[in-house]
Amino acid sequence: MKLRTAYLSGFIFGVGLIVSGMTNPKKVIGFLDLFGQWDPSLMLVMGAAIPFTFITFRWLEKKQTTILNEVLHLPGTRQIDLPLIIGSIFFGVGWALAGYCPGPAIVSLGLGNESVVYFVIAMLVGMKLVEIVTKK
Amino acid sequence: MTIDWLAFTPWSAIIGGVLIGVAASLLALFNGRIAGISGIISQLLHFKSAPKEHLPWRILFLLGLISSGWIYQLFFQLPVISPSNSIATLMIAGLLVGVGTRLGSGCTSGHGVCGLGRLSTRSLIATISFMTAGFVACYLFLHSGLI
Repeated sequence: MKLRTAYLSGFIFGVGLIVSGMTNPKKVIGFLDLFGQWDPSLMLVMGAAIPFTFITFRWLEKKQTTILNEVLHLPGTRQIDLPLIIGSIFFGVGWALAGYCPGPAIVSLGLGNESVVYFVIAMLVGMKLVEIVTKK
Repeated sequence: MTIDWLAFTPWSAIIGGVLIGVAASLLALFNGRIAGISGIISQLLHFKSAPKEHLPWRILFLLGLISSGWIYQLFFQLPVISPSNSIATLMIAGLLVGVGTRLGSGCTSGHGVCGLGRLSTRSLIATISFMTAGFVACYLFLHSGLI
């Protein structure tokens, strides 16, 4: 059951990214181009997704278990530190540079977009580097 | 700032956003997990230390993501994807996204969609940081004439 819901969640997530325009780097850069000809569309993606996660997490945090009465694995870190901010800034710059964040990059692999392979390989190297340096 | 009304696609953005919200909710409700894509990928990278029972759901979630485009195009026409950047640009961008999402513990999905939904201050700070960095970087890349 849980493996099916994991697959289904990834699948629906991916379709959402495609439909919304997040897998199109030009659309993403149009959204990040706030100081130029700004395309606000992707603001609505987050705006439409968050009400669902808001209701879900409020309900789950009250219930303290999943629907199947199993353990919740929700991050408990509340700390606001320098790595959080510096890391997010790095991510934002990389996002603006190519127009890909991790989800759409993975979805684009399945769309047969060959050039995204370079992005994904470099992303995996970057993740591994941080893991090696910080022993996370 | 001028709004590019010709490029504005509110309905597809809202429908896509609803699907993303439903998907993240599904994973939280049944698996008790955050749909944070950078986190899910990076956990697979240190598979040696990660508890084995936590691997299958991550692999299936990613398979769902990868197969979504392929299955989607069997039924619907894929939206136009514009030609992308040079290989060097893609690799620098990928490196920045990889390092950044690990140091910052999340990306648009984990901090943006899930974290903001949980009203997490940490995720709010992360989201403000990457959005601001994205806006500023885009200005520098496209309009400053410096880069």
